[in-house]
Amino acid sequence: MTVTATAALSLGPVYFLWDGPKWRDFYFRIADEAAVEHVTLGETVCSKRQHFSEPHIAEVVERLEAGGKTVTFSTLAMVTLERESRHVRDLIRDSVHPVEANDLSALGLLKGRPHSIGPLVNVYNAATARVLAARGAENICLPPELPASSIQGILAAMPGFSFEIFAFGRMPLAISARCAHARSKGLTKDNCQFICGDEPDGLPLRTLDRQSFLVLNGVQTMSNSCAVLLDDLAPLVKAGLNRVRLSPQDCDMVRVADLYRGVLDGRIDGEGAIADLARVYPGVRFSNGFLHHQEGAAWVSRGRNAASGGD
Amino acid sequence: MELICPAGTPAAFREAVEAGADAVYCGFRDETNARNFPGLNFSRQEMRQSIGLARGKGVSTFVALNTFMRAGAEALWYSAADDAVAMGADALILADFGLMAYVAEKYPDQRLHVSVQASASNPDAIRFLIEAFAAKRVVLPRVLTVQDIARLTRQIDCEVEVFAFGGLCVMAEGRCSLSSYATGKSPNMNGVCSPASHVRYRQDGTDLVSELGAYTINRFGPGEASGYPTLCKGRFEIGDVQGYAFEDPVSLDVVDQIDALKAAGVSALKIEGRQRGKAYVAEVVSSLKKALVASPEERAALVARLRTMSEGQRTTAGAYEKRWR
Repeated sequence: MTVTATAALSLGPVYFLWDGPKWRDFYFRIADEAAVEHVTLGETVCSKRQHFSEPHIAEVVERLEAGGKTVTFSTLAMVTLERESRHVRDLIRDSVHPVEANDLSALGLLKGRPHSIGPLVNVYNAATARVLAARGAENICLPPELPASSIQGILAAMPGFSFEIFAFGRMPLAISARCAHARSKGLTKDNCQFICGDEPDGLPLRTLDRQSFLVLNGVQTMSNSCAVLLDDLAPLVKAGLNRVRLSPQDCDMVRVADLYRGVLDGRIDGEGAIADLARVYPGVRFSNGFLHHQEGAAWVSRGRNAASGGD
Repeated sequence: MELICPAGTPAAFREAVEAGADAVYCGFRDETNARNFPGLNFSRQEMRQSIGLARGKGVSTFVALNTFMRAGAEALWYSAADDAVAMGADALILADFGLMAYVAEKYPDQRLHVSVQASASNPDAIRFLIEAFAAKRVVLPRVLTVQDIARLTRQIDCEVEVFAFGGLCVMAEGRCSLSSYATGKSPNMNGVCSPASHVRYRQDGTDLVSELGAYTINRFGPGEASGYPTLCKGRFEIGDVQGYAFEDPVSLDVVDQIDALKAAGVSALKIEGRQRGKAYVAEVVSSLKKALVASPEERAALVARLRTMSEGQRTTAGAYEKRWR
């Protein structure tokens, strides 16, 4: 199978709390080795975490740009406090880099400036995409919940506009004012002791019948399964999809990018890449149900090769 | 403060009007509204008649078109908006930017309310909605404390409506795909959460197990009261600890904070419950209407009475109190 048109790879922001050096070293390696063209970074989930990555942002941006990547800054997914509003305003006012909006406050402040829309803004149709494009959006990463028919419809309605899909990683499914992660350890959000840092790939939440289900990541709830839209890319790219987003997990993301690049370039077949991916990110179930109009946790495989098992 | 009351049927609509609602909110019988449950909601004719009935009593009707338009099927939402405007709806409650733009452009004189599903949780977000779509009122997501609300209303030129009683979303509304992750059906796309079509109860030894899609949401031992498997109110296991990971099966009740909400600049209180029967609507609306004008002593009795109407008969002030976080 060969994909004639092609799409760029982009790396989404690290949704988890990684300590400063881990975060910095992750991006250094991405800068030097990963086959991604675009990198979006910055704390997106919880404003309390910002001081972990902040001291390293300048050197990370410099290294990524030296590696030929374009850098975009992500805004917070949920803004409720004055301090958080101020942070979004300052970022948008001061940034020399493009900004990715992940909440409505950023949408307002970015009007008239080139910017991106993140997957946490509800873009379910072309009418909404056109509203955002008219205000200056130049790239829209569609929400993970969208089925292929919606993605195809949006692509067809706005030819030439840059759209992106969430193609690898645990999916952000919900965000709350309450921190279930802190709560699970007998703490509250206001006195959390940054306990979410103990789980750099999310805290598994199982059903009472021990089924893998979700992971907690601070105030965010994510899928336990890892979205793997890899063998599904060809028709979307053919329909005009511009970018394919990889969301960082605590695994070898350079290798993940290689596999996606290989499939997009027609060098590796999708099924083989999925088998390799199961070795790169072991013990994690894969899913692509949303794309296939099923429950998001479902795995729809074109071949006989089922996704890996595990927790 | 206005009292905004739910109606899932024309009968509940009449009860809400009689019981003292200032406005009733309701939706058409399809996926354009976020309570798209079997047997609920209004045909075009029922909506027209209900709006007329309300108007005759000086009561407003807000039509909720608060799901996100399915790509390729936008006409369903556009025609619902056209019809609601033609029928004389006093406001449309919208969540989708594309639909907001359509209404703002085609019907500039139509009052546009922003649904809780749009998740406008701060002054800059609300300014965006005013600037882009001339929004007149925003229903706030249940992620703010009363203090946050007071700070917010001072900074914006827009009415604010908040949920006061009924079902409680633990997650920021309109930003939750948990239901579709387990069932393929979501509030944003299908107007349902944890839909009954995907619910199953099974007996396992002495336990009653409730399931949503393929997932166990709760297990009830002998003698334990069972409940509906709403995903975020289920019992799960984290590490080796089992419990309600997100929230207990409780509902929202901030009736005892009415004065604080009024002082915070809130224009309207909203009652959740379009899926509830007409007797419930009548009881809750009349009790809340009395509570709005009652003395603190009288209000305590009304609060106690209302609490017996709540899901699991247990309530919380949720995010309105800081310690909930």
